[in-house]
Amino acid sequence: MCPCKQIGTIFRREFKSYFDSPVAYVFLVAFLVLVGFLTFGMTHFYENRQANLTPFFFWHPWVYLLLVPAVTMGSWAEERRNGTIELLLTLPVTLTQTLLGKFFAAWAFIGVALALTFPIVVTTYWLGAPDGGTIVCGYLGSFLLAGASVAIGIFASALSRSQVISFVISLAICFFLLIIGFDPVVNSLAQWGVPTGVVNAVSQCSLLSHFDSMRRGVIDLYDISFYVGVMVFMLAAAQVVTDSRKAA
Amino acid sequence: MLSVNDLEKSFGSIRAVQKVRFDVKKGEVLGFLGPNGAGKSTTMRMITGFIAPDGGTAEICGHDILKDPVGAKRCLGYLPENAPSYRSMTVTDFLTFIAQVRGFRGAELKQRVDAAIERTSLGVAVRQTIDTLSKGYRQRVCFAQAILHDPEVLIMDEPTDGLDPNQKFAVRQLIKSMAKEKAIIVSTHILEEVDAVCTRCVIIAHGKIVANGTPEELKKKDPNGHLDVVFRQLTLTPEEQAENEKINKKILAAADAAEKKEAC
Repeated sequence: MCPCKQIGTIFRREFKSYFDSPVAYVFLVAFLVLVGFLTFGMTHFYENRQANLTPFFFWHPWVYLLLVPAVTMGSWAEERRNGTIELLLTLPVTLTQTLLGKFFAAWAFIGVALALTFPIVVTTYWLGAPDGGTIVCGYLGSFLLAGASVAIGIFASALSRSQVISFVISLAICFFLLIIGFDPVVNSLAQWGVPTGVVNAVSQCSLLSHFDSMRRGVIDLYDISFYVGVMVFMLAAAQVVTDSRKAA
Repeated sequence: MLSVNDLEKSFGSIRAVQKVRFDVKKGEVLGFLGPNGAGKSTTMRMITGFIAPDGGTAEICGHDILKDPVGAKRCLGYLPENAPSYRSMTVTDFLTFIAQVRGFRGAELKQRVDAAIERTSLGVAVRQTIDTLSKGYRQRVCFAQAILHDPEVLIMDEPTDGLDPNQKFAVRQLIKSMAKEKAIIVSTHILEEVDAVCTRCVIIAHGKIVANGTPEELKKKDPNGHLDVVFRQLTLTPEEQAENEKINKKILAAADAAEKKEAC
């Protein structure tokens, strides 16, 4: 049987399970309220009088920082707590298939949240004539960024049977990977006399710097492969961790 | 159908399972006995591929669990300890998910799920979510999951633990009804279960197999034919037995003293 069918089966169960509890709806509302408030309240979307979504996308990394770990923290911790991990891993599927199923389910769930921000696009089109390409590119970048954060979250979830610990670990890793590309931090690094080459190298490892160019409408294969690389790396790490800590 | 070859597992400095070796043939119900912490669950978890052994291997229907884990898992039904299941799903959804993972589609899937539900008498609960069910029903749901694909080898970790006498009886009947065409391992520490369902039993203590034979053969080891006496002799260390003996004497002495007082 095709391995993707197995991934699909795991994916559907995981994805549906988000909507089995109120968590999904709380998350969706929190995400939309937070993004809306930050876009309109903090970066003054209307007052800018510009028909582009730059202020909207600006906040995505920081909102994901807080909310993606909340989605992924249960993905292994919950299985451990209920003992279903024993059931799942003795079914005729490989660990990779299970992991990918879980990963795509969480990613798709964030995708739903992202898709529900469509009214802001409609509003922008209604008020002015924004550049469609930039918007598509921004959404693509945001979705890739979410994918990388989800992979980090899945990894953190594999580390501990406690959801709180998973949440904090995932938040810490994501925060670190954002902050090393955050302009004020990068500038102060340069001021401390860190060689420019090193500063550039560090900020190139940031989830933020690759998103910055995408939200401005630049699609670069380099940026896309960076995110794909982070996802592959984090999922591989999650696989190793899960494999060695199954019974823990 | 199932052969276990020198399985070993250590957790840190504790050697949980040491060189465990046995076979189970079709038509056999093997009782896997031992006190708590003897290594029963660890052995079963290694056979089912949940944890990797440090040494040795097992073969299920010709599939080596290390070389072909997915093939081995396909021939295997497993009921883990405490019968876990996805609590937020309904019984039908849960069993359908398991059937899908096991590769069934369309009409066959429906037929398999219906058959498993009927066999475990879950008909009345199919639309309920699993967390609204009683413990006995949750046990049955997990049981249904294990027999859904009509596996050749069935492994059950304490299937009657925490059930009331009627439910225990029902589970035993179910095991008996499947005994002929499968190789079954049932772990337990309830000795009456051995008489009720097992054709052979393996006793494990401190990670090692200390006995392997039919219940009758084991009973012969005690002059009065009590399985629990044999079980104690085999699984307790000499020090523990001496300790037990001491306590026994104390109790007897106390009883004697009480009797004398009454007589006065």
